[in-house]
Amino acid sequence: MSQINRNAQQLLAPIISNKKVGNYQQIIINVGDLAASCKPGNFVAINVGGDSSSMVLRRAFAISRVTVSSTFGGTMELIVAPHGQGSRWLCAQGEGVVLDIVAPLGTAFGIPTEPMPVLLVGGGYGSAPLFGLAEVLNARGCRVDMLLGASTASKIYAPMEGKRAVNSMRIYTEDGSMGQTGRVTDPIAEIIKDLDIAVVYSCGPMPMLSAITKITNSLSVVHQCAVEEAMACGIGVCMTCVLPVENEDGSISMLRSCIDGPVMDGAKVQWDQVGKQL
Amino acid sequence: MGSGWKATMSTLDFSTTIGNTWFPAPTFTASGCASSGRELAQFFPLREMGGVVTKSVMSKARNGRPTPRMAETPSGMLNSIGLQGPGIDAFIAKDIPYLVEQKARIIVSIAGETVEEYSTLARKLRSVSGLSAIEVNISCPNVENRGLVFACDPDASRRVIDGVRRTIGGELPIIAKLSPDVTDLVSIARGVVDSGADGLALINTVLGMVINVDTMRPHLGGKTGGLSGPAIRPIAVRAVYQVHAALPNIPILGMGGVASGKDALEMILAGASGVSIGTASFGNPTAIMKIQNELKQLLLDRGFTSLKQAIGYAHRPEADNANE
Ligand SMILES: Cc1cc2nc3c(=O)[nH]c(=O)nc-3n(C[C@H](O)[C@H](O)[C@H](O)COP(=O)(O)OP(=O)(O)OC[C@H]3O[C@@H](n4cnc5c(N)ncnc54)[C@H](O)[C@@H]3O)c2cc1C
Ligand SMILES: Cc1cc2nc3c(=O)[nH]c(=O)nc-3n(C[C@H](O)[C@H](O)[C@H](O)COP(=O)(O)O)c2cc1C
Ligand code: FES
Repeated sequence: MSQINRNAQQLLAPIISNKKVGNYQQIIINVGDLAASCKPGNFVAINVGGDSSSMVLRRAFAISRVTVSSTFGGTMELIVAPHGQGSRWLCAQGEGVVLDIVAPLGTAFGIPTEPMPVLLVGGGYGSAPLFGLAEVLNARGCRVDMLLGASTASKIYAPMEGKRAVNSMRIYTEDGSMGQTGRVTDPIAEIIKDLDIAVVYSCGPMPMLSAITKITNSLSVVHQCAVEEAMACGIGVCMTCVLPVENEDGSISMLRSCIDGPVMDGAKVQWDQVGKQL
Repeated sequence: MGSGWKATMSTLDFSTTIGNTWFPAPTFTASGCASSGRELAQFFPLREMGGVVTKSVMSKARNGRPTPRMAETPSGMLNSIGLQGPGIDAFIAKDIPYLVEQKARIIVSIAGETVEEYSTLARKLRSVSGLSAIEVNISCPNVENRGLVFACDPDASRRVIDGVRRTIGGELPIIAKLSPDVTDLVSIARGVVDSGADGLALINTVLGMVINVDTMRPHLGGKTGGLSGPAIRPIAVRAVYQVHAALPNIPILGMGGVASGKDALEMILAGASGVSIGTASFGNPTAIMKIQNELKQLLLDRGFTSLKQAIGYAHRPEADNANE
């Protein structure tokens, strides 16, 4: 704990393909041997804007998926939402453009040693790393069920092949444009009880993660969530990305979500204290 | 030096001195921008740069300010970390031994809320071996004077440095880190040097604010924040130049937006004996190695055989330059 991912490296990685998928860009980059050391939950920090850019900070993206052996060597997939200047720049880069990346960074989702029923919950582009995770859990013999949610259909990321490793997938949109109308958190309690879920894995907006924690805490189910805090460095040197987290002894510390996260124990994160003076 | 003449790498003396301490290279981390060095060590050996300036440490552990703690701005960023840290005892127990083991040269940055706190910190560091210098971050609110930042109060600045000097004795060089948010930087610099500072670190961040137009409130949890990065470089170069002109024999650690060898050279020509690199490491974890290599080459290209020849070169009269 509290140490930078020992596999982290800085690398120049060419873009192999960049395709629009709904509201997002699916960007695949060639990362060579680095792919083998990336685990579901880890993230990548990417330089944006080119050499003469006025954007001085890297942007963080979840590593959606890696392939270790393909015709291109190791590859890494990212699902990028055009948000502000930096992510828009990234979305606009074509095949052959070389990206300056640092990866893999942060913690990974913990994989149970025994097969057990698990639930994966994704909000918006937060579903991206869950498909790679589903494959690992599936290979471990776990029964994997998945819930995806977003405000509207175009913000649901659910690739066809992603369904291979999951037993069931339910989609919720707030405007009802895809799947059921409502929030992804609506059915969680029931699913946990019906399927005897042992671990909930989640990735998405912070209010979603906080809401899931309320449910998992009340049912005493483990909740591993991938948080998203604004990061200046991504490598643990600046202290901007902190979240209040309960320690073993019950005290609360501001932990760096780029080092002690992004995957954290939801029950330990003090959601009510985020953004408050400790 | 003839125009076609170029020294080879091995003939460049890249070393620098601050107080009585010698450093093999003039490149340092900036306090608060490398934590305690462990993370950067993943990207390059810490002993390959001049030294690690550690995150300002206080007497007690601190949680710092609420999030959001940063906002990117054009060619820079605002931060309001609020000196989160483990406190001096844990720092001495855990972080110093690691840096010593890495054979890094260590400059410990200290910060306090009272004049007395700075002296207490100095007392604790006095018996720690393996340190190269102490940087005194006086850009902190003085709780005994309505929160007025020490560095903006000439008298309080002097009393802090005086206290640290008395406690530390004559052994470790003291570097006073000043804020650019003052009307007369030179007089503050003179004051701390008279009180016993061996060197100066210029500049700390520049106070700023960003307002989020959606929430229509200040973006940072701490409301105001410190601006860093290339956006403040001209302010830093000016500060180094003015202070070097007034105090030519006092070594200066120049910082503020250094992101390339060219930027580092600018600081050195202005009068810096070394440069600290902060925000650039956020965008590029190997920035310090890059800057170091580029700086060496730029010095060689200009016919310098030692870094020391370039320090303050921009102050020479034109006629002098023509003789080169
Ligand atoms: C661990 C992690 C994983 C992420 N995974 C993905 C992903 O898979 N796909 C995706 O599209 N986005 C992801 N994000 C969010 C992504 O980092 C931001 O959308 C992006 O940084 C916005 O940059 P910008 O220049 O477009 O926006 P701007 O708003 O102009 O950015 C200004 C600054 O704020 C920071 N910032 C703004 N929004 C966020 C945010 N939501 N999270 C963190 N920093 C922010 C930026 O990094 C930048 O420094 C992730 C963030 C984190 C921390
Ligand atoms: C995130 C962050 C944290 C900082 N923390 C400290 C600190 O603890 N003590 C200190 O003296 N300066 C601190 N600084 C200021 C830097 O050391 C440096 O003076 C300033 O950032 C200008 O250099 P730069 O543009 O290279 O970052 C901090 C700066 C940043 C960006
Ligand atoms: S982003 Fe810098 S410490 Fe986490």
